[in-house]
Amino acid sequence: MTDYEKVMGLEVHAELSTKTKIFCSCPTEFGGEPNTHTCPICMAMPGTLPVLNEKVVEYAVKAGLATNCEISRNSKNDRKNYFYPDLPKSYQISQFDKPLCEHGYIEIEDDEGNPKKIGITRIHIEEDAGKLNHNEFGGGSLVDLNRAGVPLIEIVSEPDLRSSGEVDRYLKKLKSILEYIEVSDCKMQEGSFRADVNVSVRKKGAKEFGTRTEMKNMNSFRAISRAIEYEADRQIEVIEDGGKIEQETLRWDDVSGKTFSMRDKEDAQDYRYFPEPDLVAIRLSDEYIENIRKNLPEMPEIRRERYLKEFKLSEKDARLLTDSKYLSNMFEAAEKICGNAKAVANWLLSDISRILNEKEQEPSDIPFTAEHLAKLVELIEKGTISSAIGKKVVEELFENPKNPEEIIKEKGWIQISDEGAIKEVVKNVLEANPQSVADYKAGKDRALGFLVGQAMKATKGKANPQMLNKMFLEELSK
Amino acid sequence: MDITDLTVHELMKKMSNKELSSEEVIKAYIDRIDEKEKDVKAFVTTLCDEALNTAREIDKKKNNGEKLSNLAGIPIGIKDNICTKGIKTTCSSKMLEDFISPYDATVVEKLNNENLIDLGKLNMDEFAMGASTEYSYFKKTSNPWNLNTVPGGSSGGSAAAVAANLVPWALGSDTGGSIRQPAAFCGVVGLKPTYGLVSRYGLVAFASSLDQIGPITKDVEDAAILLNIIAGHDEKDTTSYDIPKKDYTKALKNDVKGLKIGIPKEYFGEGINKEVKKKLEESIEIYKKLGAEVEEFSLDIADYALATYYIIACAEASSNLGRFDGIRYGHRTENYTNLRELFRNSRSEGFGPEVKRRIILGTYVLSSGYYDAYYKKAQQVRTLVKKEFDKAFEKYDILLTPTSPNVAFEIGTKSNNPLEMYLADICTVSVNIAGLPGISIPCGVNSDNMPIGMQLIGNKFEEEKILNVAYTFEQEYKFREKYKPNFSKK
Repeated sequence: MTDYEKVMGLEVHAELSTKTKIFCSCPTEFGGEPNTHTCPICMAMPGTLPVLNEKVVEYAVKAGLATNCEISRNSKNDRKNYFYPDLPKSYQISQFDKPLCEHGYIEIEDDEGNPKKIGITRIHIEEDAGKLNHNEFGGGSLVDLNRAGVPLIEIVSEPDLRSSGEVDRYLKKLKSILEYIEVSDCKMQEGSFRADVNVSVRKKGAKEFGTRTEMKNMNSFRAISRAIEYEADRQIEVIEDGGKIEQETLRWDDVSGKTFSMRDKEDAQDYRYFPEPDLVAIRLSDEYIENIRKNLPEMPEIRRERYLKEFKLSEKDARLLTDSKYLSNMFEAAEKICGNAKAVANWLLSDISRILNEKEQEPSDIPFTAEHLAKLVELIEKGTISSAIGKKVVEELFENPKNPEEIIKEKGWIQISDEGAIKEVVKNVLEANPQSVADYKAGKDRALGFLVGQAMKATKGKANPQMLNKMFLEELSK
Repeated sequence: MDITDLTVHELMKKMSNKELSSEEVIKAYIDRIDEKEKDVKAFVTTLCDEALNTAREIDKKKNNGEKLSNLAGIPIGIKDNICTKGIKTTCSSKMLEDFISPYDATVVEKLNNENLIDLGKLNMDEFAMGASTEYSYFKKTSNPWNLNTVPGGSSGGSAAAVAANLVPWALGSDTGGSIRQPAAFCGVVGLKPTYGLVSRYGLVAFASSLDQIGPITKDVEDAAILLNIIAGHDEKDTTSYDIPKKDYTKALKNDVKGLKIGIPKEYFGEGINKEVKKKLEESIEIYKKLGAEVEEFSLDIADYALATYYIIACAEASSNLGRFDGIRYGHRTENYTNLRELFRNSRSEGFGPEVKRRIILGTYVLSSGYYDAYYKKAQQVRTLVKKEFDKAFEKYDILLTPTSPNVAFEIGTKSNNPLEMYLADICTVSVNIAGLPGISIPCGVNSDNMPIGMQLIGNKFEEEKILNVAYTFEQEYKFREKYKPNFSKK
């Protein structure tokens, strides 16, 4: 198995966050009652014509520039013809031989942590299809065209990826770039960022690529990694058994952890691409492109460097924060208010990130504001609450976002810093745990921790930990 | 006075000096339809009751002193591939037998802004594919000059209705000659504007890069008036050009002195009917007499135009007609157990033979492995055709050709021979390929009293020139005074 090398190339579809669809003025908003974000144009009523949304071109050019692509001055739309109920015109308006952006790259780390460039073959614009609801409203399948005509960019990579780790980093990097330039929400759960993964294997050192298989519409990082590992192993096994890999489209089943063949070869599609006659060519001036280039926002690498210098964050923290524009924007906003970069970074990267993970949410789903986070940091700094309570406040902020001061007041979580009250608690704990007292005096320092823990428990975490420590030491040394 | 024999500009006069009310006009047309429609069969849908109600409302408004357009209350017929909100738009296909568009085409909005009254939707070859209107799913329209002959196509219903005085004027659409050829067959005026002059929004697409909506009228002045209404940039159609608005009626100067007319000799060669050729030659003499300079020249590429046209038109049609899949609207088969059968059977049942033929042709020429040999090659020839015309217009103001090599043929004689039917378009298709404006006007009749059409081709956006040249001939020749359709059955 180790004689083989995996080779992956990705086609990523990202929905653009324009307000309106690519060829009509319907909203692009996710959700909504079926077929309410539609009009005669995106429902493909006879006689309707598309009008290209200029924002879509602008966003795609942004994405091209942010991924080091050459921008085509002379581009056009093409029709990709196939029949499916979610494709109302029976063709998708896409781009075939003249994409808007070509020959770019983005930089990631390989498995050894060395920088590696992954080639971007092309980025083109196209429209999304609708959705089919199977058996959701009684029998049969129903078509929802709310998503039909939502603008997409397809970002095609070179087959430069060699491990599932690289694929994972490539996807995360791409997602981060698109978020930075604010052209896509990249919400995988909502399908606004999804990938077709091409996998092949070859003997290490081989020059030729192996035959590839494609897994379409993958929308979770974890599933992609698992699917690659499974599919590469499957291919190696086939080859080792003397078999041949068929070039085909596979479906990844996340439950069984296996890939399945989707359609047979006889069904091989001929999309009959030809230039879209309903739209004029897309011609871009140098000035137009330069203008977009000049207005690109600060990109993640630049921001990371700045964090190292400006906030003295660790390399790892700076990278984790800047990976997500939303997270780093929140970091900067909260830091500006409370002035404690370390603390803000810690909260974002530990508890907040953990909760997001558990909820399978993205940083942009954080329901509370940077002001709330800054307030939390200040409350801990001032000793109004302990960090232990801080964790509970964060949990609460996710459920019921509001000023942490109000939360702790309502919940009665204000830290006990009253000397008399704490003395009382300490006394009670010492009386209740004579064995621990004896242990401590016999030289077992660990017993102190236990006693402090008991006191915390008794006060439901509200006692000031420094004062507790100090008082226990005083009492025990008597 | 026969109200239905008046041109629109004559109607306008009589209505503005209160000689005629809209109600009287509409009633006259309803009577005429009652009398002649059973012979001509030009309509898919008539809107007589609705039209009468609208006419009364408009008369009331006018009497109350409301300022309306000069055209308010005048009826019009609309080819049944132009979408009309709330009224069936069938494309003369079983596929859209019961289809009601949820919106108005841009040209229909423009008609409504003028308070023109829609008298009905006119028959056509299914999805505008044909040259005789025999490929309509509903009925075969007859030519008013001889009910046993075809009115031409695909806008045969529009041309026959205007010729038979069932409507004073009509809208047609022209992809390869579908306005001009039926106008020629029916002895009326048909104008195909420059590609991009008139919005295509709401015209059910046949071949997007060739389709144009245009007027079919009794005379050239009416064509200019209708073009004034429908021309102009539309934000909903990015292939429509943003050029300054013109008043085309001002171009009608009745003067061609010093004008250079080119006669491409390829259009007068093999295959042209003798009587047609003779009438065209007489027309050329008339132009000479009126002071135009006429010269014969060679338009080399003309021979390739027809093949090029059928490749491009069918390719685009095969994609444009994909949306008729039985899912959202139109005919859906009752006979299916899976998705594939739903698509296949709905389309097999919903489309007629000519539409299927062109979808298959178009699918073939776009298929991988054939694309370069057919579609790509055709696009290259298209560029050459455009260049040839550009060259011609460096020398000539106008090109003059027959509209069709023949007069209207008998119903049933060509409908089973697609190739022969395709040849009916030979004089008109290159104009669409090059995106130029072309007009057909009657220039005489043959020995059987069947009208003969003359085509005048202009450079891009030079509608004014061709309208003036057509008008000058019309004023001299006075076709409408000499000849009338007689609804005979020979």
